[in-house]
Amino acid sequence: MMGFIWFWLVAVMIVGYVVLDGFDLGVGVLHLFLVRTEAERRATLASIGPVWDGNEVWLLAGGGTLYFAFPLLYASAFSGFYLPLMIVLWLLILRGVSLELRNHIEVGVWRALLDGVFGLSSALLTIFFGAALANVLRGVPLQADGYFFLPLWTNWQPGPHPGILDWYTVIGGLLALVALTLHGALWLSIKTSGELAQRTRGIVNPLWLLLAVLTVVSLVATIAVRPASLNNYFNFPVTFLVPVGVIASLAGIWLLNRKAQPVKAFLSSCFYLFFMLAGACWGLYPTLLPATTGTDRDITLSRAISGPHTLAVGLVWWGFGMALAIGYVVFVYSKFRGKVDLHAGGH
Amino acid sequence: MTAELIHRLHFAFTITFHYLFPQLTMGLALLIVVLKSVALKTGSEQWDRAARFWGRIFGINFVFGVVTGIPMEFEFGTNWARFSQLSGGVIGQPLAMEGVFSFFLESAFLGLFLYGEKRISKLMHWFSAVMVFVGSWISGFFIIVTDAWMQHPVAYDRLPNGQFEVLSFWHLLLNPWGLHQYAHNMTGAVVTGSFVMGAVGAFYLLEGRMVDYARIFLKVGVIAGLVASVLIIFPTGDLHGKYVARNQPAAMAGMEGLFKTEDGAGMVLIGQPNEETGQIDNPIVVNDALSFLIYGTTKAEVKGLDQIPRDQWPTALPLLFYAYHIMAGLGTWFVLLMIVSAFLLWRQRLYQSRWVLWALLLSFPLPYIANTAGWMTAELGRQPWLIYGLMRTNEGYSNTVSASNGLFTLLGFMGLYSLLGLLFTVLIYREISNGPEPKVIPAKAANAK
Ligand code: HDD
Ligand code: HEM
Ligand code: HEM
Repeated sequence: MMGFIWFWLVAVMIVGYVVLDGFDLGVGVLHLFLVRTEAERRATLASIGPVWDGNEVWLLAGGGTLYFAFPLLYASAFSGFYLPLMIVLWLLILRGVSLELRNHIEVGVWRALLDGVFGLSSALLTIFFGAALANVLRGVPLQADGYFFLPLWTNWQPGPHPGILDWYTVIGGLLALVALTLHGALWLSIKTSGELAQRTRGIVNPLWLLLAVLTVVSLVATIAVRPASLNNYFNFPVTFLVPVGVIASLAGIWLLNRKAQPVKAFLSSCFYLFFMLAGACWGLYPTLLPATTGTDRDITLSRAISGPHTLAVGLVWWGFGMALAIGYVVFVYSKFRGKVDLHAGGH
Repeated sequence: MTAELIHRLHFAFTITFHYLFPQLTMGLALLIVVLKSVALKTGSEQWDRAARFWGRIFGINFVFGVVTGIPMEFEFGTNWARFSQLSGGVIGQPLAMEGVFSFFLESAFLGLFLYGEKRISKLMHWFSAVMVFVGSWISGFFIIVTDAWMQHPVAYDRLPNGQFEVLSFWHLLLNPWGLHQYAHNMTGAVVTGSFVMGAVGAFYLLEGRMVDYARIFLKVGVIAGLVASVLIIFPTGDLHGKYVARNQPAAMAGMEGLFKTEDGAGMVLIGQPNEETGQIDNPIVVNDALSFLIYGTTKAEVKGLDQIPRDQWPTALPLLFYAYHIMAGLGTWFVLLMIVSAFLLWRQRLYQSRWVLWALLLSFPLPYIANTAGWMTAELGRQPWLIYGLMRTNEGYSNTVSASNGLFTLLGFMGLYSLLGLLFTVLIYREISNGPEPKVIPAKAANAK
């Protein structure tokens, strides 16, 4: 029971991170090619300025939660994905610094450099996150003690000895890139006005088409790479509502964007991300990290879980703390509601 | 180089760099609350501008703290996997609480404090400053609790698979080691904050500009600096020292360079520990002082390294000894400097005393050195243990990550952090030379987020 609860609590943290920091990353990608003038660029960055740091905290709190609820998984996955994680860390550093500091610098060349760094690091982060998730879904070559070490790539095949990158995880990376860029575009069309908003809305349709194709491809590929992903669905057929939810929210994005209802379209995109991730987690449960070296080496819930008392204690403060945290999040978003206004706020 | 050494250096380098920023965050957060409170109470626009100026510096510093903090959260898993697997149930707890209870709070209210001033009332703005302060101090608390458990494990049990399990939530959070350490460490952060504020004031006065602001900064910096410099030695440093001596005798013996157990142990002020001969070379010693400081009588026995098995001696003995002496030596200098400055402030002569202003200006790096040296003392003193008495450092690192992979990412961090350090210096210098007066350039107004 505790295992079930903590599995889904960690999943909630991941969904929270992807939905929230996802649009920051998407805005980062978009600002590489969508904006034309310095004013537009400022508006674009201002749309995420006050919130991105809080959004990133979901990753940290999620990591911490994973650490104490499933120490073996945390230890095994973080050391096994050592190289890509270090790259992710460097990219997170570059993104944070370039986003925050461009406004403190007045020289055009340096600004342009920071803008480029910001866009590229955002784009690479989405790709790495997508590929990371795909790695977990595909499985890794676990040794008997529950550890592994993955090279960046081997022969690009998701066989028993895969690398971080193979054709399957590359699809995952692309899917994340497109999904989060679209997510960012929908956010931007809420927060901006005028020509920029127009252009943003224009880019939604092509991104949507790409996303629809990639969604189907990735679902098929996942089933091909790990057929066991379907077991839970067949055992509990009501859960086929999750893929239905994916399709419905995807359709929702298209329709609501056409009707010029940006807030609802953005929410629809949140639901899309939620259903995709929840579906993936459900496909894994109760495995946390499948082994390509034989299912007896899988890291399962019961193998990785912390002691019962630890988890009982955790449940109390976690519930309390996250209730508070959600309170602040709602509060801050309500204070920064509405279109970005370049002349109010700040100093 | 062995993988163990690389992983240690990896952690040591990244955490030392990280801690350069939070110490200022935590110290300044308190001082900004002071500035905002005076502004709110007196309605003074000048104090409000002073608060906004430090808010900008705080903001920049915060960004660097955040981006260098993220790797720390991951490194337990990436570089210390075997340690994490066994201890996650215990220390993962305060680490996750840090995220849940403080980072959300801090980032939410910092956004309001820095970007929302025009959207909220004056009282609400003051309240945001208070919440940023509370958030950063809670953050410090949880991380210290984490470290304290490694220094002095309490309230744990072991599961059949070797994992540690929390027995009592409150005993974990109220670990006496952690409380001592927290008091001492947070005072250290206030020392950094007040020395930096005072130094900027001194800089402006020596340059003869922003004189009104300079006086505010000096006043706040010197008063807070005096209080914190005294508190850091007595009672916090003193108590922490006594606690270390009782619970980690090997660490204390190493810090003091005490090779032989002695009744009425002397305190070495200066000297070089020599591991070969088991002596301090060229020492200057105060007789009986150590016994007195630890046990309150000049005759008490203090355990020396001779009573500790050789394989449990701190591994980097000279470094430990020097780090401790640097911390304590600088602590003495801080008190002296602040007493003189505060006296002159009281006699209304500080603003004209150029020598003292120079001393205040040049002293701003010293608290950083003292805080770093203090942490080196704590962490080197714990060696060879990763969890004191329970798990050795060589049992904890990730053995799937080879030394060369570790070296590669360590070099990567060194390169990236050098760039960050450079950028930080340039940006802070720019803020300081712009000063607290608002610049009225249209482009700048649009710049605000
Ligand atoms: C401005 C910084 C500063 C100054 C002036 C001092 N300290 Fe300190 N000290 C720290 C900043 C610090 C620290 C960075 O905050 C440490 C590292 C770990 C910790 O909790 O606090 C620390 C640790 C630390 C320890 C623990 C070592 C261990 O855990 O093994 C002791 C015994 C002392 N200090 C004692 C002193 C004494 C007697 C001082 C008087 C002169 C002193 N410190 C000045
Ligand atoms: C409170 C949070 C901290 C925790 C949980 C922590 C934990 C650790 C761990 C796991 C290691 C590696 C294992 C080892 O060598 O013992 C380590 C080493 C080290 N840490 Fe900390 N640390 C903390 C804070 C700090 C700070 C703030 C500093 C410095 C400013 C610091 C300085 C060092 C140094 C210098 C080492 C290397 C010691 C050695 O290699 O012998 N630590 N610490
Ligand atoms: C291994 C130890 C450490 C870890 C895992 C860690 C983790 C982090 C992380 C992830 C952040 C960014 C938070 C955000 O996004 O808002 C951060 C910032 C911060 N950390 Fe650390 N940290 C460590 C050591 C320390 C120590 C020893 C202290 C102080 C005693 C400290 C105090 C702070 C504070 C006050 C901040 C707020 C931001 C700033 O000051 O720049 N941390 N830390």
